[in-house]
Amino acid sequence: MITLEPPATRAQRLRWALSDTFVIAGRSYSQLRTQPGQIAAELVAPVIMTILFGYVFGSAISLPGGGDYRNYLMPGIFMQVMALSAVAAATSVAEDMARGIIDRFRAQPIARAAVLAGRSVADMSKDWLSLATMSVCGLLIAGWRPHSTPLETLAGFALLALFGYAMIWLGTYIGLFVKNGAQADAATFGWLFPMTFLANAFVPLEGLPGWLRAIADWNPMSAVVSAARELFGNPGSAAASWPLQHPVTASLCWSLLIIAVFAPLAVRRYRTAASR
Amino acid sequence: MIHAEGVRKRFGTTEALRGVDLDVPRGSVCGLLGPNGAGKTTMVRVLTTLLRPDGGSARVAGCDVVRDAERLRYRIGLAGQHAALDELLTGRRNLELFGRLYHLPRRTARRRAEELLERFGLTQAANRPVRTYSGGMRRRLDLAASLIVSPPVLFMDEPTTGLDPRSRLALWDVLRRLVAEGTTLLLTTQYLDEADHLADRIAVMDAGRVVAAGSPSALKAKVGGDRVSVAFRDAADLAPGVEAVRGVLPGEPEIDAAERRLVVPVSDGAASLVRVAAALDAAGVGVEDLGLRRPTLDEVFLALTDAPAKEKEAA
Ligand SMILES: Nc1ncnc2c1ncn2[C@@H]1O[C@H](COP(=O)(O)OP(=O)(O)OP(=O)(O)O)[C@@H](O)[C@H]1O
Ligand SMILES: [Mg+2]
Repeated sequence: MITLEPPATRAQRLRWALSDTFVIAGRSYSQLRTQPGQIAAELVAPVIMTILFGYVFGSAISLPGGGDYRNYLMPGIFMQVMALSAVAAATSVAEDMARGIIDRFRAQPIARAAVLAGRSVADMSKDWLSLATMSVCGLLIAGWRPHSTPLETLAGFALLALFGYAMIWLGTYIGLFVKNGAQADAATFGWLFPMTFLANAFVPLEGLPGWLRAIADWNPMSAVVSAARELFGNPGSAAASWPLQHPVTASLCWSLLIIAVFAPLAVRRYRTAASR
Repeated sequence: MIHAEGVRKRFGTTEALRGVDLDVPRGSVCGLLGPNGAGKTTMVRVLTTLLRPDGGSARVAGCDVVRDAERLRYRIGLAGQHAALDELLTGRRNLELFGRLYHLPRRTARRRAEELLERFGLTQAANRPVRTYSGGMRRRLDLAASLIVSPPVLFMDEPTTGLDPRSRLALWDVLRRLVAEGTTLLLTTQYLDEADHLADRIAVMDAGRVVAAGSPSALKAKVGGDRVSVAFRDAADLAPGVEAVRGVLPGEPEIDAAERRLVVPVSDGAASLVRVAAALDAAGVGVEDLGLRRPTLDEVFLALTDAPAKEKEAA
């Protein structure tokens, strides 16, 4: 007969919270292992983007300040894929909430944040996998080359991954408000995808009219792209605003701010979502 | 162990619970009965912290369901009306997952999963994803998941719905053993024989209220006592038969000529039966069937849950 006691000390409470998080993350990994097709499907889109943009636009577009457009473009595509990790997060959370299993999670003594945090950890590993796949494709097929030290290059990927993690929490929060996967998709992809074009991901901002340019300048996505370009040593474009003049600092701040806002909001929402 | 007072819950315009009182002493089994939509599941969800009540208060194992929800979750087990499982994972992985979430060491979680798979006859299917399970197998896995640890209070919402008779009996057995070890059990059911077999006390719910509560026998007595029923062989036997029965029983017989049957309410059960048998034998009446009928919980259920509807019609 196994009986349970609440955690006796604060240290044990913390240990259990961490253990819960990794057990839930482990659940997501096991799920993925049962559907290898799913992983493949999720990697196809980034790969296609890399090849398509690299070849189709890479040869046709030339940068105003000189420099290779493909090298300019790759950090933009990396960022776009990271931004869209919100879509997958929202979809899977919405689908989970509609399933019965959430009742068991909520009736068992599991750390408050663990169910969402565990998911976010699993989603983050998927982001790492897409970044790795895309950079290999970029290097082998699209002719992308980082021109910085390995450490700086790594820092660039870390910054992109951090932004992806922030977007996972944003997506998680949105996923808790919708009823199913399809709605979750509409509530994230619908505005995030256009947003990635309202940034310096694919074209320099110089040509934009004033008000649109202001939006793009302050779009967190622009800061992330500029920071990645800087750390990869890839060509950038002229920066007129503070975030784009200090892109590393700015993108760090944006990502941490998004996490600081949406992670606690999501956890709170999760606790009340089903207990109307 | 479970104590609820005036619990209310409303969904939009539906008042699912309109002031439910419930009292379940430690180590006892309470059966919650009621027609579809009576509010049984809602009540279970309130008591297991899945729903926040709009009014009233409830304590389970000494913890308030709203203010003390965290601590309460260490003391309850739940098998809900719908299976709460991960469809993509195997049966074994599901049980290990929930075991790990109870903070059992990996080895213990694995051993416990194995034991439960065995006990619920799922060893064969253990390595298949739950999505490929039949309804009854899913149900059994869900019940197993609610028994990974042994919490002092167990909630089961229609635990045997969809189970074959063998699995049902096996579950009753498991539950009886748990209760003997001191577990308090609240179960809802549509099978009145199940409540009759397992429950010490029954609460009948209808339209968000408890309309009757008590031991199964007390509830039956409330609806009506024992009756002696006689069926005669020929129509010609009816008149002398009624005469004979009148002679030995004080109650007024209810006669159904078409069925050649009579029913008399009695107060001393078996003794009356013996007197009727002797009188009929002495009168030389042909008898096809003779018996003592006790009201079933089905009749209790129908009588109790129909009454409010009649009141409404009258009003
Ligand atoms: N999430 C919900 N949203 C809206 N109405 C609900 C919700 N849950 C329950 N209800 C309503 O509350 C009432 C009580 O439902 P409940 O599920 O508690 O009944 P029940 O006694 O368990 O019935 P059954 O025997 O069919 O399982 C019903 O009228 C139902 O429609
Ligand atoms: Mg129900």
